[in-house]
Amino acid sequence: MAVELDVFVGNTTIMDEEVYQLWLDGYTVNDAVKVRMEGGVMEECEASADVLLSDTMDQYRTFQMCERLLHSPAKLANQLLFQIPPNRQAILIERYYAFDDAFVREVLGKKLSKGTKKDLDDIGAKTGVTLKSCRRQFDNFKRVFKVVEELKGPLVENIRQHFLLSDKLARDYAAIVFFANNRFETGKRKLQYLTFQDFAFCAGQLINNWTVGAVDNMVEDMDVDLDKEFLQELKELKILITDKDLLDQHKSLVCTALRGKTKAFNEMEANFKNLSRGLINIAAKLTNTKDVRDFFIDLVEKFIEPCRSDRWTAADMKLYLTHYTNSAHILDTFKHQVVWDRYMGVIKSCIFKMYHD
Amino acid sequence: MPGKLKARIVAGRHLPVMDRASDLTDAFVEVKFGNTTFKTDVCPKSLNPQWNSEWFKFEVDDEDLQDEPLQVTVLDHDTYSANDAIGKVYIDIDPLLCSEAASVISGWFPIYDTIHGIRGEINVLVKVELFNDLNRFRQSSCGVKFFCTTSIPRCYRAAMVHGFVEELVVNEDPEYQWIDRIRTPRASNEARQRLISLMSGELQRKIGLKVLEMGGNAVVGYLQCFDLEGESGLVVRAIGTACTLDKLSSGSAPNTNTHMPVFGEDLLSSSGPPTPFRALPTSSSSPPPFSPSKPCSRQSSSSDTDLSLTPKTVTIISKNPLVKSLCTVSDTAVFFYLQEFPFFTLTSFPPGFLVHVGGVVSARSVKLLDRIHNPDEPETRDAWWEEIRQEIKSHAKALGCHAVVGYSESTSICEEVCILSASGTAAILNPRYMLQLGLEADGRWCVLFSRFEEPSPPSCGFCHIPYDELNMPFPAQLTYCYHCRRQKVPDVLFTTIDLPPEAAVTGKGCLIQARLCRLKKKAQGEVNATAISNLLPFMEYELHTQLMNKLKLRSMNALFGLHIQISVGENMLLGLASATGVYLTALPAPGGIQIAGKTPGDLSNEQHILTIQKRINDTIAKNKELYQINPPELTEEVVGSPIPDPRQRSRLFRSHSESSDEVSELDLSHGKKDAFVLEIDDTDAVEDIHSLLTDAPTPTGFYSCNTEVMPGIYNWTSGVQMFTSVRVLRLSNANLTNQGLNKIFTDLCENLLKSFYFKLRSMIPCCLCRLNFTVAVPEEELIQVAVTAVAMTFDKDQTQEKPAEKAITKGLSAASVDYGSFADRCSTWLELLRLKAHTIRRGSVKTSRRTHPLPEGRSRSLRSNRSFAGGSVTVVKMTPLSFLPGTRIIKYLGIINMFFIRETSSLREEGGVSGFLHSFIAEVFAMVRAHVAALGGNAVVSYSMKECVFMENPNKNQAQCLINVSGDAVICVRETDQEPIPSMTNIGQTCTSGTDGAT
Repeated sequence: MAVELDVFVGNTTIMDEEVYQLWLDGYTVNDAVKVRMEGGVMEECEASADVLLSDTMDQYRTFQMCERLLHSPAKLANQLLFQIPPNRQAILIERYYAFDDAFVREVLGKKLSKGTKKDLDDIGAKTGVTLKSCRRQFDNFKRVFKVVEELKGPLVENIRQHFLLSDKLARDYAAIVFFANNRFETGKRKLQYLTFQDFAFCAGQLINNWTVGAVDNMVEDMDVDLDKEFLQELKELKILITDKDLLDQHKSLVCTALRGKTKAFNEMEANFKNLSRGLINIAAKLTNTKDVRDFFIDLVEKFIEPCRSDRWTAADMKLYLTHYTNSAHILDTFKHQVVWDRYMGVIKSCIFKMYHD
Repeated sequence: MPGKLKARIVAGRHLPVMDRASDLTDAFVEVKFGNTTFKTDVCPKSLNPQWNSEWFKFEVDDEDLQDEPLQVTVLDHDTYSANDAIGKVYIDIDPLLCSEAASVISGWFPIYDTIHGIRGEINVLVKVELFNDLNRFRQSSCGVKFFCTTSIPRCYRAAMVHGFVEELVVNEDPEYQWIDRIRTPRASNEARQRLISLMSGELQRKIGLKVLEMGGNAVVGYLQCFDLEGESGLVVRAIGTACTLDKLSSGSAPNTNTHMPVFGEDLLSSSGPPTPFRALPTSSSSPPPFSPSKPCSRQSSSSDTDLSLTPKTVTIISKNPLVKSLCTVSDTAVFFYLQEFPFFTLTSFPPGFLVHVGGVVSARSVKLLDRIHNPDEPETRDAWWEEIRQEIKSHAKALGCHAVVGYSESTSICEEVCILSASGTAAILNPRYMLQLGLEADGRWCVLFSRFEEPSPPSCGFCHIPYDELNMPFPAQLTYCYHCRRQKVPDVLFTTIDLPPEAAVTGKGCLIQARLCRLKKKAQGEVNATAISNLLPFMEYELHTQLMNKLKLRSMNALFGLHIQISVGENMLLGLASATGVYLTALPAPGGIQIAGKTPGDLSNEQHILTIQKRINDTIAKNKELYQINPPELTEEVVGSPIPDPRQRSRLFRSHSESSDEVSELDLSHGKKDAFVLEIDDTDAVEDIHSLLTDAPTPTGFYSCNTEVMPGIYNWTSGVQMFTSVRVLRLSNANLTNQGLNKIFTDLCENLLKSFYFKLRSMIPCCLCRLNFTVAVPEEELIQVAVTAVAMTFDKDQTQEKPAEKAITKGLSAASVDYGSFADRCSTWLELLRLKAHTIRRGSVKTSRRTHPLPEGRSRSLRSNRSFAGGSVTVVKMTPLSFLPGTRIIKYLGIINMFFIRETSSLREEGGVSGFLHSFIAEVFAMVRAHVAALGGNAVVSYSMKECVFMENPNKNQAQCLINVSGDAVICVRETDQEPIPSMTNIGQTCTSGTDGAT
């Protein structure tokens, strides 16, 4: 005796949020039943394991049927197959596009290609995320990437409108798309301490300030590609380290401002030239795609690590960068104030975000 | 040329990719009606094509308008090869033919393919221009309204109820034609879908003609069924109740919460519509002359049944043997001289309409199917049904009744054997209404008429026996009515109708099911039919016994909505009886169940019996508490409020006024009623007590019933969730015994219920209403159970009393009504005639029953917000009930009657049988909703799934399923202009409220 067929279909589609999460997390039906049993839902409703199994299977089937629609969330609102209240639709979409920070950290900056997809089982093993869930998350990244690639207008707004995501999630996806497009290196050991949210913040900074979209908001790929002209102009900043007078002048201005305000003053004074060279060199090299990819590793190696070894506090860092940026304005022979601000504004906030253990 | 049909194809969306190279589709649309076809331009390379076509105009007969659906086919243009079909939409234009229904069909329809399911959507506009006068209506039956609802529809008033209408049409099943061997499954499925659509259109038209002939304008309680007889053909048959309905102005539409259809109020008004007799052709003041429909051009056709069922002339009446015999019953029966149609498919009636209810009458007959040689003369099928109806009539007569209400017919087919079943409730109707049913109020009737002028009917009248006490057709225990103390009532009452609105009920009701499996030998032809015929009485008996036991176990004394289904398979018969048990205040309290041993000397056996007895007693006590059944005497003692409400007070007075020995006599009878003895004398029927005690109680917060609404719950809130669930069980090859099978079948049904409770737990407190179980034996080792029901939330704080005081005042007036001229009556289930009840030699208990002393008031935070306005797709609610709580139906848009076939040859890829059926049912819902929305509606009431035939061949990776659904499309609005109903304002409280207000 065996149940050959067992279905339950409601006129309003019944979806249990807990089961949905288990499905998203890639649990098999049997594992999901176990989790639910441990959760105590059985006692709550006088159900048996059979009932739970039947319910879980029904829901899994429903989700599988919905999955096709979730791939283009706009369809969910005007499809006729499932009658789902709008507030539920929003939950379904948001949860479907949610991702594990641990997982996204692994693929951030990687090419969203078949090759990467093949490595998903390794990533799954490493992060403890099931392969099924890894695939969904990876496919979500890829899908969003493909869609916004061809759209004009602001990246975050496009993602939000096309995939009906919340502002926060849309921003995260913008970061993922931005990283994947520019192939920023994030996997090096030295960068391991950084979280996805650190990178997402930096991506937001870069998108808002360094891309074409920051100056012109109606071109294709405006928020995905860095502004080439700006990168070219960054070369002009080299004068700050190549002109000996300017470098000394800059240093004395900064040191005057900092003196007595921090315990790390001596280290700052001693390292000024090194640090300045580091930052300016990063700017000057950004015309090379290769160096763009190494942007974060360079920031860490050339700036964050030296400071950390000198035991700067976060406050020290803030103080130093503020004065370092502002002092350049007082240098009368330095003419590239606009580029400098556009560059240092992003660098400053990125470093603030990245300067932690 | 009486009509012009106009259709416009606007756009498509979400089309499937038909050209893999470009990932796009070059779609165009063919619009076909009858033999005329129009095409749109090809909209190249788009999955969301905009055709914006011109208006395609079809000039057609109104007869065709009624029969034919508009067929919209979406295709992918292919320059080099044949165009690929994407899918089809069949649009039934019947709703447009009735002035009171929809005026335009406009909306997005799912494009459906029988192999691939829904493939995108298409936006279509359809209009009909009828250039006609009223006369034209007589050619066809355009304008006759059809309702699935089995009560008078909410925004109408029944000026007249004309009676029973029936019709059937037959045809060859395309699936079994020779051509099927060479055509694709898709072509075959489409041929079948189209044929059935045509046949149901034709059937509806023919029924409509009969209604017009009778002088009516509507069919209420329209029940259409398919018999897939395989080789021998395809039968589409329908029954209904012909009525003349008047539209009520929207302001006076009845409140859904009181749940009473409005019949005519002004009894003496002579301005009513003409009686059928005036309308007959012989009359001088006849309406536009009736001319018979022209001979049908198609193959399928119908037949007229026996004259006695067709209202031709008045002279027939005297030939009717029924009338003569009824004459002798009582004077009032004379009325029904003229009431030739004692069948009513309605299940709920206005208060007082049913004077007495006799009990369930049912008839079954086993037939051997043979090929329908000449579809134009399906007289065999007609004769079969005629035979059954005659039997029902005579059963009703034996119960002293002149009418059958809550009447329905069904079939079960396996290979060449067909079981035809009909059942209903024998009743005596109030002549007050019969006057309205078309009789002239001449002096003779006026005498009687005046006797029925009491403004409100008694709450116990319908329980009184309609039969002569001294001449009972079967043994039954009669007592004086516990309400009026004047008339005799039976100890139990079984009916197929809904609980009459005036009925006084103690506590709440609950779903009661009897389930039974009987093995039979495989056989062919006559032998098989005989074997089945021989088994049937035993099955009916056992089902009845089970029902009786379970009823007593729940301490209840009446069943409503009883539906017994017997399904035949190759090697077994399945029986499923569902009903809603209640405690009718007017009937005596049921006695307990006593277990008796065969050998009193055996100590261990006696111990065993004692244990069982104790468990049964405990269960009864627990059920009393669960369903809040406190018989009146008890209530009076327990009532804590210092001032009893009028009803209670009246009861107090009355019981004091009664003589003390009558009370003691009652007590004695109470003891006597323990005579319901289960004797343990064989091990053969372990199942009886077993199944009795293994029914799990409904979890806290849930109630269930198979009637329209739950007796004892009156304050519904707006949460509504309609669902369909199907389960198929494969039996292992092991030698199964009847007992083993019974257990499997019982568990199957119980587990289904448990699943529902679990899935719907977020709606607590809620009630599953109209739980409709359908069983089938699709293959030798398969048992299929399909369930459709609706879960409705209610406000648990007010479940104790009806909101209206009406019922109470009715109860008071009861004692004053004089029913002297009516013979004393009795009631029971007619099938028992042959079989003595009350002592069942059965049983020993095998399994134990879990007890559930559950604390009430668990978390209700899971309840989701079910109002979801603002979506781009119209929300369409569906319910098997005739109303939606908290809303008022302002317009009926027409009947929805849809038939779909789905087939797959990639079963595994579609998620196996469950995946396949799950998506098919979801698709059916989606198509129903889309059609309703296109008619301008926002709900379907009286929804039902008539047929769900599932066949699979896992080895070939194939499966096929046929589903037939029906319902009434309506527009309903929130009940805003009503006085604020507590149930609507208390939704928030409901979620958090604590324990049930049990007495």
